Amino acid sequence: MKYQVVIGLEVHAQLLTNSKIFCGCSTRFGAEPNSQTCPVCLGMPGALPVLNGKVVEYAVKAGLATNCAITPRSIFARKNYFYPDLPKGYQISQYELPICVNGCLEIEVDGEIKKIGITRIHMEEDAGKLVHMETMDAGEKSYVDLNRACTPLLEIVSEPDLRSADEAVAYLKKLHQIVVYLGICDGNMEEGSFRCDANVSLMPVGSDTFGTRAELKNINSFRFIKQAIEYEIERQADILDEGRKVVQETRLFDPATGTTRSMRGKEEAHDYRYFPDPDLVPLVIGDDWVEEIRGTLPELPDVKRQRYVAEFGLPEYDAEVLSASREIAEYFEACAALYPQAKTISNWVMGEVLRALKEDGREIADCPATPRLLTDMLQLIEKGTISGKIAKTVFEEMYKTGKEPARIVEEKGLVQVTDTGAIEKIIDDVLAKEPGQVEEYRNGKEKLFGFFVGQVMKASRGKANPAMVNELLLKKLKG
Amino acid sequence: MELYELTIHELHRKLKNREVSSVEATRSMLERIGAVEDRVRSFITVTPEEALKNAEAADRRIAKGKIDVLTGIPVALKDIFLTAGIRTTCASRILENFIPPYDSTAVAKLKEKGIVLVGKLNQDEFAMGSSTESSWFGTTRNPWHPDYIPGGSSGGSASCIAARQATATLGTDTGGSIRQPASHCGCVGLKPTYGRVSRYGVIAYASSLDQVGPVTRDVADCAIMLGAVAGHDPKDSTSVNLPVPDYSAALVHDVKGLKIGLPREYFIEGLDPSVKKAMDEAIATYQGLGAEFMEISLPHTDYAVATYYLIATAEASSNLARYDGVRFGHRNTDARGLLDMYMLSRDEGFGAEVKRRIMLGTYALSSGYYDAYYLKAQKVRTLIMRDFIKAFETVDVILTPVAPTPAFKIGEKFNDPLQMYLSDIFTIPVNLAGTCGISVPAGFSREGLPIGVQLIGKPFGEETILRAAYAFEQNTEWHKRKADM
Repeated sequence: MKYQVVIGLEVHAQLLTNSKIFCGCSTRFGAEPNSQTCPVCLGMPGALPVLNGKVVEYAVKAGLATNCAITPRSIFARKNYFYPDLPKGYQISQYELPICVNGCLEIEVDGEIKKIGITRIHMEEDAGKLVHMETMDAGEKSYVDLNRACTPLLEIVSEPDLRSADEAVAYLKKLHQIVVYLGICDGNMEEGSFRCDANVSLMPVGSDTFGTRAELKNINSFRFIKQAIEYEIERQADILDEGRKVVQETRLFDPATGTTRSMRGKEEAHDYRYFPDPDLVPLVIGDDWVEEIRGTLPELPDVKRQRYVAEFGLPEYDAEVLSASREIAEYFEACAALYPQAKTISNWVMGEVLRALKEDGREIADCPATPRLLTDMLQLIEKGTISGKIAKTVFEEMYKTGKEPARIVEEKGLVQVTDTGAIEKIIDDVLAKEPGQVEEYRNGKEKLFGFFVGQVMKASRGKANPAMVNELLLKKLKG
Repeated sequence: MELYELTIHELHRKLKNREVSSVEATRSMLERIGAVEDRVRSFITVTPEEALKNAEAADRRIAKGKIDVLTGIPVALKDIFLTAGIRTTCASRILENFIPPYDSTAVAKLKEKGIVLVGKLNQDEFAMGSSTESSWFGTTRNPWHPDYIPGGSSGGSASCIAARQATATLGTDTGGSIRQPASHCGCVGLKPTYGRVSRYGVIAYASSLDQVGPVTRDVADCAIMLGAVAGHDPKDSTSVNLPVPDYSAALVHDVKGLKIGLPREYFIEGLDPSVKKAMDEAIATYQGLGAEFMEISLPHTDYAVATYYLIATAEASSNLARYDGVRFGHRNTDARGLLDMYMLSRDEGFGAEVKRRIMLGTYALSSGYYDAYYLKAQKVRTLIMRDFIKAFETVDVILTPVAPTPAFKIGEKFNDPLQMYLSDIFTIPVNLAGTCGISVPAGFSREGLPIGVQLIGKPFGEETILRAAYAFEQNTEWHKRKADM
């Protein structure tokens, strides 16, 4: 039978606040175990949570950027369960009244634009971390590191609107781009700052009743989400084809094998006994605060992309690449403010700049070839001081040393040869060396023209003005 | 009169005039504790070294002329208040050896004023009980009669005052835990409005009901202690940011024209005749002072106990989850595996009443039962709150008994939880409504056990109930009687 897949995603994004959500401890990653803790995040008797205002601000930003309604009065709730990495025996989260509801994102897959609903966004605290170790004397031991306990998370829950693994990836990428753009999450999937659970179910094509879903956990890359969902579709289809029933359960994705395996079934599912946390008062957010936060939102990628097409006349593809990250966009816009030919800039940024950065693993904000240097160089090309080809050499040097392009051109003697006499002399030498080829050309083998251009450019060590070479060469060959 | 017998304001005068030193007062108190503790068992931990250290510091401070009304005063605390470096057990085996790394805000405020900490007081385990019988550290006795309970859960806070083992104490009140033992031991006990005193560093039983308050010899001391601990605390989101009035200044001897409500629903069958008598006499006293009485109705009173035992236990079931043997407190070391460790540590660490309430609360919050129990209880709580709001539209304070009976005998109700729960029937509604109440001595039973009456005030109306209590105290002799030890 043919099946329609139905997917909903739950994303956890760790927020980039300096301190934790309910206490003043630092959120810095990688510190000595338990060095960033206090009575509150250790769950000491008598300790009480106090909400970090920055977390609320970031949650509102995320909500506004995903077209959510901001709940004027939201409530923190306790999610009760026992685990050694959860010091209080409950996680403070939001349940019935989350801070953001009813949002949506547009994604594009195979040229089609689709709206994906966002059910809710809520704030919660993270748990600590267990470290399991073999010891010499006592066998296996487990240690608890509570540095991460109480760090702020946003949980962003989509509607079950996704219909393929590709749509899921597109949605996830879009969301990732937004939280990173907003500067509220570093988006590091390997370190778990941005992680995803997927609810996947199948129903016969044409049906409108959702099948039984499995919840896939532990998916920490875009590649894995595709793998996990595709595996899960196959697994569930096999079960349904055999006339069996899919079991509602939580399944763990194993990146080593690309498969999922059962973690716990419905009957083992926790009863979290959610109830409003009596230690925290209802969170009331006034319209004026929401508007104030709205005013601080950066231009988001979709809007930016459209503006690049409209304002700079860039092709869709270029606009997409240049708006992919806030840093690239900032670099591009800094260039565009200094040099009017946006498409030329775009070619260089998408080409040489991003390639060079990728090669040595640098961020564009740290690019030694700054927007000013790059655009100075583009001016040199435009003035004819150097050719586009020589410019690549200049760029390499500029990227390596951060030197002014004009100085590089001067020091290396890269000024373009535009003197007719000098170019004619080089042409004469080349033609004199290749009498056979000249003969063939003149007998009609015109595609040899390119060969002569190449030889002339080579002989001039790339410095001859290509347009003049073309013109003079043609004249000489036609003789 | 011995130094240990003095009130805060009496001892303060002597300290200020340099008639005595804090060290002398403290030694007197420590000797008194030593002399009677066997017969009362108010304390879980006596802290003589800490006390003398504090007293010496207080004397140095007094010598510099920086005396506060509480400087050098021997104070004891219910063992629910975290005290940095001093064992804090909450009367539970699970915290038998717990030494907190920080002070609760209330303790820090008292320390700032230079109090002398003489020890940590017995209570019901995790403040769950009305008799101090559920303590892992044994039962406290009523100083007025060793066969009787002192009340609870702040039983040690009240017995300690009645036995004159501390000048003043702090307790906590979730459903009557300050007022009921104060009544049973012949002390003054005040439960402030929810949010008036910080709960930070106070071991939580039921977070939406718990409040810190004083237990003292008289109303003037009560006002001093309340003023010292009240106020907004940025570490407690539920503490209210309102200025703290000068409660001592509110103690004027005038209740003329004060409108006092008598709730019809509180004069129930089963009210002990001695309690009824105390009430009648209190009414007569106030009438004599020019107060006006009117009958009022608090129609949802009947539901208060049931509502309380759903909300309090639900919150407790979650609050007590942190006692899992992982980071602090009792851990069973023979356990095989995690689940086993949780179950054995908690089974050994908690007593029967605590387990009963955790189970009740877990049940009330369970999926499928939440709406019928917890949510319904919250709705009834709102109705009870409205009862009070409506009543306070016509009266300034409400006068009620504190408990239906004087102190009962040790063991009498321990195996009958329902009877035990009903002993808080008049105090519980005040916690549910989040408002304030004070218990003042108002008589004695035939057995010679003290009886208190309760004045309930409007939210943040502590000044009014203190004034009413003060006027009553000035016109009665009950508070002057002392337990014969």
